[in-house]
Amino acid sequence: MIEIGLGHYLSLGAIIFFLGVIGIFLNRKNVIVILMSIELILLAVNINLISFSIFSEDILGQIFTMLILTVAAAEAAIGLAIIVIYYRNKGSIRVEDIHSMKG
Amino acid sequence: MLAHSIFFYFFSVIAIFSSLMVITSRNTVNSVFFLILDFISVGCLFIMVGAEFLGMIILIVYVGAVAVLFLFVVMMLNVAEQKQSWFIGKKATHIPIGLIVSILILLELLVVVGGWKYKDDLMSSSTLNLSNISNTHQLGLVMYTDYILYFQLAGVILLLSMIGAILLTFRQRKGVKKQSYFNQISRNPSSSIELIEVENNKGVKIDD
Repeated sequence: MIEIGLGHYLSLGAIIFFLGVIGIFLNRKNVIVILMSIELILLAVNINLISFSIFSEDILGQIFTMLILTVAAAEAAIGLAIIVIYYRNKGSIRVEDIHSMKG
Repeated sequence: MLAHSIFFYFFSVIAIFSSLMVITSRNTVNSVFFLILDFISVGCLFIMVGAEFLGMIILIVYVGAVAVLFLFVVMMLNVAEQKQSWFIGKKATHIPIGLIVSILILLELLVVVGGWKYKDDLMSSSTLNLSNISNTHQLGLVMYTDYILYFQLAGVILLLSMIGAILLTFRQRKGVKKQSYFNQISRNPSSSIELIEVENNKGVKIDD
């Protein structure tokens, strides 16, 4: 309990991942919160990669984390741009109102 | 060791609490603020565990750019209709399914908590790991040599996302005065210069 090992970091990542997945599933109103949940999931993946990288003394995981950070930033920018143009066209970004593709 | 565990529990409790608040708070602006708190605490964890460069990158890139981007978009759109409400509504069949899937994922991930017993079997890859140089130095020694292709590809992805975001949100508005280079350089003297005979002691009226 006092000795902080890899398991602690992995379980922290697991809990944050779980909260992100719950946020995607249970949110029915707001697209922006879904994007934030995706950011949480990517953060949990980063926690896992960095803790493996530190505890197995290999720098490779941190490079993967850099690439994931890049992709997450790109994804956030594109997703928010899509939300902005959707709001401009339809006037609403509630998840219930986005059903024009019958999905 | 005691200080390490105290700081770990401190930052991880803050991280878990704030990620819970991200998905449950009713106001989206509050969600963004808790997302920022989450990023900061996880960045502190990274710095604490020894990945200083990535911790700083998380603080700069995530908190300074991505979270502020979220904040701008939330404030630009109509905040009043972004209240999120859970568990309310007629069609709530997704909630048990979502809970089951999420809890399954959590249980699968928590299997690893049992203990990390396989460390001795793992081979460290051939990447450089010298303990007497700093984390940033190590990362640079590997990233700019062995993984230069991926580094460049990450730059291309960022460029593409920038172009995509600009293209998506760009719109041509009416009534905005803009400079048209093509019209400027395609003028010729016959359409833009008029020669006028000036009579003596009369002068010229230009605007008539």
